[in-house]
Amino acid sequence: MNDRREQLKLVLMLLPALTIVVGLFLGGLLLGLLQSFDYMPLIGRTQPTVQPYLNLFRAPAFLRSLALTAWISLLSTALSTALATLCALALRRDFAGKRLITFLFQLNIPIPHLVGGIAVMFLFSQSGLLARIAYGLGAITQPADFPALIFDPLGAGIILEYLWKSTPFTAIILLAVLQAVSEDYENVARNLGANRWQRFRYVLWPLLLPGMLRASILVFAFTFGAFEVPYLLGQTYPAVLPVLAYRNYTNVDLAARPEAMAMSMVITAIIVALIIAYTKLTEFFVRAE
Amino acid sequence: MRPADRDTRIRRITSAAASVLAALAVLLPLVPLLLWAFAYRWYFPALLPSAWNLRAWGYLFSPASQVGRGFVQGLWIALVTTALALLVGVPAGRALGLYSFRGKKLIQFLLLAPTLVPGIAVVMGIHVLFIRLRLTGTLPGVILVHLIPTTPYVTMVMAGLFANYDPEFEQQARTLGARSWQVFHRVTLPAIFPGLMVAGMFAFIISWEQYLLTLLIGSGQVMTLPLLLFSFTGSGNNAVTAALALLLIAPNLLLLAFTARYLTGENTALGGIH
Repeated sequence: MNDRREQLKLVLMLLPALTIVVGLFLGGLLLGLLQSFDYMPLIGRTQPTVQPYLNLFRAPAFLRSLALTAWISLLSTALSTALATLCALALRRDFAGKRLITFLFQLNIPIPHLVGGIAVMFLFSQSGLLARIAYGLGAITQPADFPALIFDPLGAGIILEYLWKSTPFTAIILLAVLQAVSEDYENVARNLGANRWQRFRYVLWPLLLPGMLRASILVFAFTFGAFEVPYLLGQTYPAVLPVLAYRNYTNVDLAARPEAMAMSMVITAIIVALIIAYTKLTEFFVRAE
Repeated sequence: MRPADRDTRIRRITSAAASVLAALAVLLPLVPLLLWAFAYRWYFPALLPSAWNLRAWGYLFSPASQVGRGFVQGLWIALVTTALALLVGVPAGRALGLYSFRGKKLIQFLLLAPTLVPGIAVVMGIHVLFIRLRLTGTLPGVILVHLIPTTPYVTMVMAGLFANYDPEFEQQARTLGARSWQVFHRVTLPAIFPGLMVAGMFAFIISWEQYLLTLLIGSGQVMTLPLLLFSFTGSGNNAVTAALALLLIAPNLLLLAFTARYLTGENTALGGIH
């Protein structure tokens, strides 16, 4: 009797949140999946077909988009994780003013990517603040001499914004890991004759790795599906996948919609595959221990 | 001085220098933003504006700019979204943090998914249905889609908090004769307050800065500051763009100042990616 009541209570506590996640999130994804097969009974499309996917993988524009998106995400993830590790190691030690510096370092956490993108534009564009400083130093004589980092083919401006936002984010995760372990491990290693590199490689590295992996997954998933920053700082062609999908979706030609849906399903599939791989990998390592 | 001491000192100085450098790198992009917001004339290659004024701010606060309307609508959407996300996410977080039951792993995975799967995939799929239900272009429609990214976040922060929470105190209060609202008000609320503040702050920020979900479901009828900001970035008016960007981040920074002491690596990490 009491058990039944407990169970009912549990269901009632979970139900509203699950309604939102299952109803709106999964429901939305499912509707997107159906529409990617050109199946939309609501507007009279009742013949599902794989044609939208076939069209995508035959289109050079899509493949170039996919490559650009992967390049931007991979580079942003790798560089921000490496930088964040260095920052976390530096911020771990005590020094005068550490609290203030740590606070300032995290100040961009509540700043939206959209504002970050605008800030990067004002800083790195060919007439931006850095170009003006370069002119002042005599390195360039006109704006066009400054390297094009915004609207460029390699997505440099986009990557810079992602680095700016993601590095403090990952560093905070790693800093929390480092603060949870006492320095005893390192002292023991030191007393056993381990040098600095060995102390990092055999003591800190295994402790940091799970946090680095977790943060990398979050950063990759976000940058792979993000829309605002590439829409703001990216060139028109090729654009990253989410921007291409959005353009197809808002195209006046309604026939482009199933392809837009197919693109967003490809983005989702890649991210989900990555999360599953990550989960399996973590389980494997946990078992290995 | 012993070599070991000197070694430690050098390392400490290197760490401090690297940390200051990192903090400066975070602050640097905000410098041109601040300067542009008060610049009247600032041509290449001048390092600083040659003339300053408050014209951009005057324009923002004039009725012609729609900023007032965007601010109020965005604020209303973010406040209602935050309240609903807390209302729904706190009990779910309590269930996940305090109890173990069958299917818990699946529910955790389901709740994690919306934080990782891009909003564009979900919102494009749901758009047709919302048109059918006449929810596009309405505040309830926009609030509903804003619940997708915020609810999972609130639930996970609260689950983390309830994992270290001892429900025995509630039992003891009841034994001592406290009514249920007294138990909630005097025992539960103070214990979960830090988590509520952090979860609420991030739910607000996630909704307040939302662009794509508002754009598609709002259908041009619902106006928020991120939508206005995007349209200004294309206009070439740097001063107005910068001023509006500062107006957009002002509530976020205020909230951060109020909740900074409740932030931990774990709960910040969950929300900080957006």
